[in-house]
Amino acid sequence: MKKLSLIIACAGMFVMGACSSDSSNQSTESSTEAVAGGQENVKDDDSQQDVVKVAVGSKDHTTLVAALKQADLVTSLSNAGPFTVFAPTNAAFDKVDKATLDGLMTDEQKEALQDILQYHVTVSAIPSEQLQDGQSLGMVNGQNVTISVKNGKIMLNNAATIVASVRASNGWVHVIDGVLLPPKK
Amino acid sequence: MKMNITKVLLLLAAVSGGVLSCKPKNAGDASASGNAQKAYVAPGKYDEFYNFVSGGFSGQMSVYGLPSGRLFRVIPVFSVDPEKGYGYSEETKPMLNTSHGFVPWDDLHHTELSQTNGEVDGKWVFGNANNTPRVARIDLKSFKTSEIIELPNSAGNHSSPFITENTEYVVAGTRFSVPADDANGDVPISTYKQNFKGYVSFISVKKETGDMDLAFQIELPGINFDLSHAGKGKSHGWFFFSCYNTEQANSLLEVNASQKDKDFIMAVNWKKAEEYIKAGKGRKVKANYAHNKYNEKTHTATSEMKSEVLVLDAKSLKDICYFIPCPKSPHGCDVDPTGEYIVGSGKLAALIPVFSFDKIQSAIQSKAFDGEYDGIPVIKYDAALYGEVKKPGLGPLHTEFDGKGNAYTTFFVSSEVVKWNIKDLKVLDRAPTFYSVGHLCIPGGDSKKPNAKYLIAYNKITKDRYIPTGPELTQSAQLYDISGDKMEMILDFPTIGEPHYAQAVSADLLKEKSLKFYKIDENSNKYVTKGEKESKVVRQGNEVHVYMTSIRSHFSPDNIEGIKMGDVVYFHVTNLEQDWDVPHGFAVKGAVNAELLIMPGETQTLKWVPDRVGIFPIYCTDFCSALHQEMQGYVRVSPKGSSVPISFSLGKTNAVANK
Repeated sequence: MKKLSLIIACAGMFVMGACSSDSSNQSTESSTEAVAGGQENVKDDDSQQDVVKVAVGSKDHTTLVAALKQADLVTSLSNAGPFTVFAPTNAAFDKVDKATLDGLMTDEQKEALQDILQYHVTVSAIPSEQLQDGQSLGMVNGQNVTISVKNGKIMLNNAATIVASVRASNGWVHVIDGVLLPPKK
Repeated sequence: MKMNITKVLLLLAAVSGGVLSCKPKNAGDASASGNAQKAYVAPGKYDEFYNFVSGGFSGQMSVYGLPSGRLFRVIPVFSVDPEKGYGYSEETKPMLNTSHGFVPWDDLHHTELSQTNGEVDGKWVFGNANNTPRVARIDLKSFKTSEIIELPNSAGNHSSPFITENTEYVVAGTRFSVPADDANGDVPISTYKQNFKGYVSFISVKKETGDMDLAFQIELPGINFDLSHAGKGKSHGWFFFSCYNTEQANSLLEVNASQKDKDFIMAVNWKKAEEYIKAGKGRKVKANYAHNKYNEKTHTATSEMKSEVLVLDAKSLKDICYFIPCPKSPHGCDVDPTGEYIVGSGKLAALIPVFSFDKIQSAIQSKAFDGEYDGIPVIKYDAALYGEVKKPGLGPLHTEFDGKGNAYTTFFVSSEVVKWNIKDLKVLDRAPTFYSVGHLCIPGGDSKKPNAKYLIAYNKITKDRYIPTGPELTQSAQLYDISGDKMEMILDFPTIGEPHYAQAVSADLLKEKSLKFYKIDENSNKYVTKGEKESKVVRQGNEVHVYMTSIRSHFSPDNIEGIKMGDVVYFHVTNLEQDWDVPHGFAVKGAVNAELLIMPGETQTLKWVPDRVGIFPIYCTDFCSALHQEMQGYVRVSPKGSSVPISFSLGKTNAVANK
């Protein structure tokens, strides 16, 4: 019984910290860790680039990349996909009224920017040769884009033409020369 | 409540050696004192160590993180693994070939990381097959089994796969002595003493490639060889094996192999053995054993049958093997980081003998022998003994070292780990295990340079430690912080069954070189398809070869017709992805083997013999993308003699096959 009370006393002291050692608050600091954030931050210089890295690596797509960041779409587009991204060049964005574009890049218009960018992405990896005249693609924002193929040129909504295609790890990036505007809902 | 108090009392009494004092740090029981913080690795943070744990009767090797105890991977080694297609795909089937044919299961007891200069080098980890004697080498870039070699003249490969300090050799000692493979084995079991022999095998390992070869075997008296460890530093060139059943009993060993007060530790001078081989003293003996290799470029294993082994006779070559008496059926045979002290743990002994390498050498010089055992010199016990750890606990099994002059020994019967000083042989600390500990592991604990932050005890019995799961319960591992004077249990985690020996290595040594995917350009599988345009279906008599690709999120082709009853279909699936962590799976309805799990850039083949006419779906089994569930296709099987031609397509219907 005497022993028991000793234990209780000791346990009590432990709880109060009087008897605890320096180790109780030590946390295990591992030397390394996964990078915080989404999959876009995964350190991987070996794998084929995903659609985001393809865009980031292109000098002609700085506006698109800035817009994807502003619209919080980078994490999603770094995911497994499969994606087909229609990627307007800087020149294509330059055709958009500057005030409108600047407005879209503000936090107030984030939803509108997201809607426009999501209208450039479909969840499916489609190489250009599989795009058919008259084909309708369901885009991430819920609306459709119509494909037309004339003399080997592939056009979207008759508003933008595919000028180059790049295979990415998680899908395709088709570079286009115009910005697609979602039809009014 | 009364029960609990009693338990606490007993526990505290046990850990404080009977003297009650206010030492919560030494409370031993994580559930009582708790120091989970030390084992906690926050989400997204990495573990400090890889822990390669033997899977025992699962036949596999598991990879845990320390200190978290998180299970990261089960590497299939000696048992088939339908989850990964290991042993089921045409490419991996040869890995499990033996002189007995295809063997789908074994019992992996010990793991050993390769070393250079006595330090863990992070190249490979070896595993032993206990039942059908084999040694496997696992590559630590791909975490796949690269090579398996079978051992002739052996049965129960237990004292394995321990290595020399530069991985010159991996050893294997037969647990069961048996008649030699080239002798008549059709003898009465009762003629054990005349007809049964023991063999220890030395498998050479190529420095750069890791390729193994059975260099030589030493023929020994028919006894049981249990565990082993190489000398290091000053004792490099020697190997030590524990031996039991020197009574040479062939029945009821539980009683009959415990008659003598002492069995042996066997010291093998393998440098001397090499000299004898050079001098032509070995004899080539007919044997039949498999040597299987996995090629990372062809993604294909090959199995070669070998027909000869070089054997040295320990009896006639007097100075390669010596027996050292060791109390009561020694199990663990462990060498300290300096190479001077050899610890033999007699399962039934009430003490731990520590032998001195220097004294063993002097004894051999001065012929301080106590006669011979079946032609092998027996060194006098006192002439080899450094000293004994008195009353250390009950049922000593295995010892690892911290590199600071201390040894840690597990005690099965008294369920505890005991820390003792090698120099003065004094017991320093005790920690209970829950329950019935077998092996233990300290990172680098059998090398020249232990990294002694943690100790892990592997327990055989868990009973009430976890929520129960019917009659079959998990085994467990218990993690102790040994950075201080006293061992402190900080985590208790379940393991795949059954863990025996394990080794651990700093994560820094492995993680940067871990392979992300196979380069498709380097894929030289005979049936590789390097792009969708190359995908095809080819008939060769009644064999149909499907050259199929997978990429997010479809197979090419995904519609196949023209297969007939009586055909044997081979799906050669190439994963075209060149992206980290994007395997694709492949399954076909009614397949009597398994799925394929194909790493990026890899080709794997599933054999399928249709058993009925109809339409058979195929699909990707590994969630690969948002359209994973769309990753599917159909195979049409027609009756024998049908005129439906071979055709295949992707994205359209009724495309006619190219010839």
